[in-house]
Amino acid sequence: MEKVVKRAKVNEEDEVHTSEKVLDQVEKDHKQKAKNLDTTKDNNEDAKEEQKKEEQKKEEQNKYKEEEKEEGPSEYLIMFQNAEGEPVGDQIMLDSRTTKRNLVSLLNTFLENEEKLPYSLYIGDETNQSEVRSSILDSVKELPNAKYNAETVIPIIYKPEAMFRVRPITRASTTLEGHTEAILATNFSPDGKNLATGSGDCTVRIWDIFTETPHHTLEGHTDWVFFVCFSPDCKRIASGGKDKKIIIWDAKKGEMINKPLSGHKDYITSLSWEPFFKNSECRYLVSSSKDQTCKIWDTITGVPLKTLKGHTDHVTKVIWGGEDLIYSASRDTTIKCWNAKKGKLARELKGHGHWVNTLALSTDYVLRTSCFDHTQKEFSSTKEMKQYALERYNKAMSKKGHERLVSGSDDYTLFLWEPYISKKPIARMTGHQQLINQVVFSPDGQFFVSASFDQSIKLWDGKSGKFMHTFRAHVGRVYQVAWSADSRLLVSGSKDTTLKVWDMKRKKLMFDLPGHADEVYAVDWSPDGEKVASGSKDKRLRIWKN
Amino acid sequence: MPQGDYIELHTKRNGRRLDHEERSRKREARSKHLIAKNAKYLRGVKAKIFAKERYKEKVEMRKMIKAHEEKDATVKDKQKTDGAIPAYLMDRDEVNRTKVLSNMIKQKRKEKAGKWQLPLEKVKPMSEAEMFKVVKTGKRKRKAYKRMINKVTFVGDNFTRKPPKFERFIRPTGLRFKKAHVTHPELKTTFCLEIIGVKKNPQSALYSTLGVITKGTLIEVNVSELGLVTQTGKIVWGKYAQVTNNPEMDGCINAVLLV
Repeated sequence: MEKVVKRAKVNEEDEVHTSEKVLDQVEKDHKQKAKNLDTTKDNNEDAKEEQKKEEQKKEEQNKYKEEEKEEGPSEYLIMFQNAEGEPVGDQIMLDSRTTKRNLVSLLNTFLENEEKLPYSLYIGDETNQSEVRSSILDSVKELPNAKYNAETVIPIIYKPEAMFRVRPITRASTTLEGHTEAILATNFSPDGKNLATGSGDCTVRIWDIFTETPHHTLEGHTDWVFFVCFSPDCKRIASGGKDKKIIIWDAKKGEMINKPLSGHKDYITSLSWEPFFKNSECRYLVSSSKDQTCKIWDTITGVPLKTLKGHTDHVTKVIWGGEDLIYSASRDTTIKCWNAKKGKLARELKGHGHWVNTLALSTDYVLRTSCFDHTQKEFSSTKEMKQYALERYNKAMSKKGHERLVSGSDDYTLFLWEPYISKKPIARMTGHQQLINQVVFSPDGQFFVSASFDQSIKLWDGKSGKFMHTFRAHVGRVYQVAWSADSRLLVSGSKDTTLKVWDMKRKKLMFDLPGHADEVYAVDWSPDGEKVASGSKDKRLRIWKN
Repeated sequence: MPQGDYIELHTKRNGRRLDHEERSRKREARSKHLIAKNAKYLRGVKAKIFAKERYKEKVEMRKMIKAHEEKDATVKDKQKTDGAIPAYLMDRDEVNRTKVLSNMIKQKRKEKAGKWQLPLEKVKPMSEAEMFKVVKTGKRKRKAYKRMINKVTFVGDNFTRKPPKFERFIRPTGLRFKKAHVTHPELKTTFCLEIIGVKKNPQSALYSTLGVITKGTLIEVNVSELGLVTQTGKIVWGKYAQVTNNPEMDGCINAVLLV
């Protein structure tokens, strides 16, 4: 016991010293000239201070030598790397107790950032990684095989974090009634100013987010509305339902544009707009249906341009990617990639052993929000908007990389693909004990989560597909999950009627949000991070905020 | 060889009369008149047989007409149905589950007040003689302090018998029950659930403590199988149910869940 107490005390003291040390080391180079000038100052005081410092160092070194045998070396040779594995800066010798904060400030000087940016740091290679939370020594210890010692260079991989912070939601701000049947879909507009919901009462409703009141009731469907989706320019809403029709609505006026798009022979399961940076008119739309086909629609003329035939069962999900590919998942266990221009099959991804339920793309968030982000820029023309959207997309795609696709299935597994390059999966992820209902990539594309009927949510690494954490607390099936815009928080809706907010950093449950009287079918976090909307079987829409 | 083939043979050899088509068309056309005449004038058993045959023909006819109508009509969209579910739950053979039961606070308040809306509000009072049988003990069978319970009982898992001398009430093992068939009134389905305890026997407080189950008794059952959840997202596991049959006569316990 005594030993432990002593050690803790020592660590407390050391943190202060070491932080000074590191900063000294860095700043010494930059400020040598300045220091030379300083020597003209009182020599006596300096000499005294130096003496004191030396004494302290000696004491510390003695302490380290004692502890080295048990705790590992006192100094490590480290090198920073970016996510692609390219080294940044030189190798440097650092104290093993160097804290994360100091490492980040060191990294910022290496990268020559004018403003200090937040980063998360990882030690190790792709198979074995540990996040640096407190100090280097702690995270080296976390690694299973003691690979690193004082002799080897430790690579520290850094990943940028979002510049802004989304405040976690803590309370229900309103309960909105109006729908007369269960709410099946919710969708925030890309700029976070509008909210649309689709329900079993055959209507789509648009809600005013700021006053939290109903805005428009859109009638036109003759059966349940399964899917609502804002166009990337926020001007239109597409909705599809059990009545086999897709209707395009004007989001502002709340009116139907043209006639319903009809052509599918069975109910519509999902919709996806063409990426904004490809076509700023938001003219084309792809839909998937139970009739085993996907159709590309021209929403202005109301004509199906192409029919993507090839699946032999119910198509469950379709995504229009940024690389001119359309991805579709089906219950025939395959995922197909179609050339968006020609409408022809480009690739078939096989691997699942049962229905494929869901798909997610690493660039999903950027494609959805197009040119709207936390900076809330104002644009003078659509050309400018398009340009900015393209900029954001390119930024989201890593330098060498392509879009990554993750699929979840009824065979309880997930697959990670890079469809642009190969039809072989990067990784197969097992661990769930029930079917996987939804997968979602984090907005920065570094992680993804899977929501399963086994009442758990699992977090995976977005690059390698490595398992990271399981979140358990729900007592019912988890139906839907949504990320906050800064990738630090997650909200999940479940059959057990609650919403839960999870902290991705500490890997913990943050808030438990009861309130719905029945199963929560739909959850969405607004892209500006302010609010969360949840739709339930109890016919009510709830808006949650900080 | 059958003897009736001569007509066919004749037509095969010599062909039909030249006006055969016309005659048969006319006969067919007149047949309605014959049917009408028969329907009007036949009496007795012949009329009965005729009517029965005619009824069958008409059913056939109606079916045919309906089929034709359906074929011709343009298919209208079916009206929407209740119980909407999201696309990801379609075709999944979901078990229908009712709404979450009333919330915890309400339930607790009810429990305190001891007021429940019960399916069976009144029960027939039982005499002591019906309930208990006197067991005579002692060497001369003079003592008569022991009682045997004639009704079904629930005895908890952790029950240990007292020494025979101090055991006033005997609960026969043959009449002990552990499970009940509980009907969920909204789901209209029945589950075989474990009994947790006897909450109240309307006959008397003594019977409640003894765990006697008669018609109208409130029992607590384990509903964790049903997957019911409270408003705060916790699993409900104990719920009350009222017994609706006479278990001692039927050999099983039927109960209705109190929602």
